[in-house]
Amino acid sequence: MTEGVAVPKGASETIPALLLRNASTIGANPAYREKEYGIWQSWTWSEAAERVRLLALGMIEMGVREGDRLAVAGRNRPALYWTMVAAQCAGAVPVPVYQEAVAEEMAYVLGHCGARFAFLGDQEQVDKVLEKQDDLPELESLAYLDPRGMRNYDRGKLKSFAEVQEGGKRNEERLQPELERRMGGLSPESPCVILYTSGTTGRPKGVVLTHSNILFASRASSEFDALASADTVLAYLPMAWVGDFIFSIGQAYWTGFCVNCPESADTMLADLREIGPTYFFAPPRIFESILTRVNIRMQDAARPKRRMFDYFMSHARRVGPTLAAGGEARFRDRLLYRLGDLLVYGPLRNAMGFTKVRVGYTAGEAIGPEIFDFFRSIGVNLKQLYGQTEASVFITQQPDNQVHADTVGVPTPGVEIRLGEDGEVFYRSDGAFVEYYRNPEATASAKTAEGWVATGDAGYFDNATGHLKIIDRAKDVGRTARGELFAPKYVENKLKFFPNILEAVVFGNGREMCAAFVNIDLSAVGNWAERNNITYGSYQELSAHPEVYEMIAGHIEEANADLARDPNLAGSQVSRFLILHKELDADDGELTRTRKVRRRIIEEKYSDLMDALYGGADSVFTETEVTYEDGRKARISATLAIRDVRVSAPEAVAA
Amino acid sequence: MTAKESQNGSEAARPDAGGDREVLLEVRDISLRFGGVAALTNVSFDILKGEIRAIIGPNGAGKSSMLNVINGFYFPQSGEIWFKGRKRPALKPHRVARQGVSRTFQNIALFHRMSVLDNIMTGRLTLMKSGMLSQAVWMGRAAREDAEHREKVERIIDFLEIQSIRKVPVGRLPYGLQKRVELGRALAGEPELLLLDEPMAGMNVEEKEDMSRFIIDVNDEFGTTIALIEHDMGVVMDISDRVVVMDYGRKIGDGPPDAVRQDQAVIDAYLGVAH
Repeated sequence: MTEGVAVPKGASETIPALLLRNASTIGANPAYREKEYGIWQSWTWSEAAERVRLLALGMIEMGVREGDRLAVAGRNRPALYWTMVAAQCAGAVPVPVYQEAVAEEMAYVLGHCGARFAFLGDQEQVDKVLEKQDDLPELESLAYLDPRGMRNYDRGKLKSFAEVQEGGKRNEERLQPELERRMGGLSPESPCVILYTSGTTGRPKGVVLTHSNILFASRASSEFDALASADTVLAYLPMAWVGDFIFSIGQAYWTGFCVNCPESADTMLADLREIGPTYFFAPPRIFESILTRVNIRMQDAARPKRRMFDYFMSHARRVGPTLAAGGEARFRDRLLYRLGDLLVYGPLRNAMGFTKVRVGYTAGEAIGPEIFDFFRSIGVNLKQLYGQTEASVFITQQPDNQVHADTVGVPTPGVEIRLGEDGEVFYRSDGAFVEYYRNPEATASAKTAEGWVATGDAGYFDNATGHLKIIDRAKDVGRTARGELFAPKYVENKLKFFPNILEAVVFGNGREMCAAFVNIDLSAVGNWAERNNITYGSYQELSAHPEVYEMIAGHIEEANADLARDPNLAGSQVSRFLILHKELDADDGELTRTRKVRRRIIEEKYSDLMDALYGGADSVFTETEVTYEDGRKARISATLAIRDVRVSAPEAVAA
Repeated sequence: MTAKESQNGSEAARPDAGGDREVLLEVRDISLRFGGVAALTNVSFDILKGEIRAIIGPNGAGKSSMLNVINGFYFPQSGEIWFKGRKRPALKPHRVARQGVSRTFQNIALFHRMSVLDNIMTGRLTLMKSGMLSQAVWMGRAAREDAEHREKVERIIDFLEIQSIRKVPVGRLPYGLQKRVELGRALAGEPELLLLDEPMAGMNVEEKEDMSRFIIDVNDEFGTTIALIEHDMGVVMDISDRVVVMDYGRKIGDGPPDAVRQDQAVIDAYLGVAH
């Protein structure tokens, strides 16, 4: 891989500098929109720059010093994005924290980065910080955005955003020169943000990214897809996630496009339709849930509609991917596809809010090929990228017209890739992080002196396409006791494609056979139960229903048959399974905040179920602790059935 | 039956609810009979401005009747109602509503085929100035007024966190959310006194907690005085400043939650006594 385009050293080397550039060159263009009180409010680049300036003045007035860390937590709102940039202007480093984090997780991040200030979205976030303030001696004061419910709080350490801005405005004359001095002191090598990775194991680590890291990644990726100021995005993913920082700040400031914030988390899909973004990112699970909803609604639709949908969808599956890749198709097929576009695909894209999407990406987990092909076949330019926080997101991405469901694309310009002996992927780029904050050991083990960073993922370059293919976490890829290759995530993804299966965890490393825990998808299975006159009182009761077991067993057999076709993976077929009595949840530590399965923790927590799976029992009694959203804990118990499923014989391979 | 005169809730309330607070509404010696059945007998108590006042009691104690009397739905055979320092004559419920008293109902009374937004908009009818005729003639003015009302309603929607169901017909919503919509409609009338008839009946623990938070927030943010009925003591005791306890149409206790909880008459009414 060759060296790509480097970001030119010049005037616009930091985020605050880009803000000033945008305010003066495209000052009247919309920079942010937010739906509030049912109406989309908007702010231009010059208005945004003014808000940022006032906030930065206010921060200096509050006592923010250069080099301080300033925590930010809340749902995606323009004012919180301004806060992050204002912190940079005032010489501090913003540390966005996952808004869904429980008090302990939040306190850990605040304590670890030594935040002196926390700027929070609402009462919920304030309460979490106040609950733990005794453990946070360095924390001096808090600011909140939404005043709701905050009337009776002790005002000593607490200010509203409005008060912070007013404080800045009142002392504008005195503070403005100081602000300018601090902004002048910023260099491309100044830290831009510290992002705590959710981490599948152990405590989260704070990834320090500089302005030059962020701007390298933003520029390279914007050029890769020709993003421009006319593009629009919907900012709905956690602000503490590197992707949101790149899309809603890095690329937005680099290209000058508009960032739209939904009204609330629940209205995201409706807001998506209203905004109609041209550039859209979603993790596979969002595409999955959109597809599940489409399927459910079609199952409930009148028969003629359903037949039309089925007919055109099967046509789209046949010729759509070819057409989307710019390939040749028979005249009749093209004509039929056009008709389908008019009757089915177009309306479907519109219903999902994808009418204007020019560039769509998914990443984070492997996406089921069927889901991926569905969106591509109806004309959504969905592509895959591969990246991580430490790389400022981008390692590889798929160019237009070179899209494959099972690859993650070619290296982003400027990124070098090397494969380790055991297949682990290493990369080197200008986007690669500086260090893990206050954790030199972890830094040393992840990054070599020459700048190569270990991803922890196993993969290889596909011969046919030249694209990188990721199969699993390097440490999760194993062998069964019979010596066959075991790639759990690959199997889980196959299972999760079935709309009825929300989550699956497959075990088998070093074991005689593979076994699985399954979570049913309540909306899909609930709907199915309703149509089949199956009554149930709770999630638990539905998951234990014999007919549900029957259905899931059918799905697993189907997946097994599919796996048997690949000689490498035939040994990963699932022979036994059980349906869990509760949904795996990040609050219980079973998933990461980005909803990745924490295999080891699950294996430990449910060791009784594991023993039963491998011990040959027909059922098992279990008791589990669950954590509610407000942090309270309770125990639930259940007797779970265990079922065997048929495995298919591997197909004969021509040697 | 001991506690006859209404106590002054000075030690009852939260720090800012002083004993010298203005009385918003007072009922004096209310008696209500349906034929030979005495629903209420000589009930007196007051509601202070800005407080959360609960009326509790077992089934059939006369709680809903009391609310209906305050609300103007029933007119008592004897007794007086004083509202904002004036004796209130016999008024129809819609006139009472115009004076600034809104309510919700025990068995949700919403328009099931109308959207959440439209349902809450109906709560503003009492505040709409232009009548049907002038709306037909002065389109511009009506449209401006409509936009103002819509904005107020949107603030309530935001407050109750029901943005995602704004356009969903109420009939398709689960029970807990319908209750929340009903609270929204009552709030839309910008009431001074909000009457809630069993706001938490039939809810699960989580829904009850949500509803309690909204009730406290309404009281806090808008300064709305709230009188609520419940037969479940638990949650109500936590959120109320003062509690009236009723049994068989009579008031058997009145005071701050802690005092009421220890009152022998109240304990007897709830737990029963050996005869």
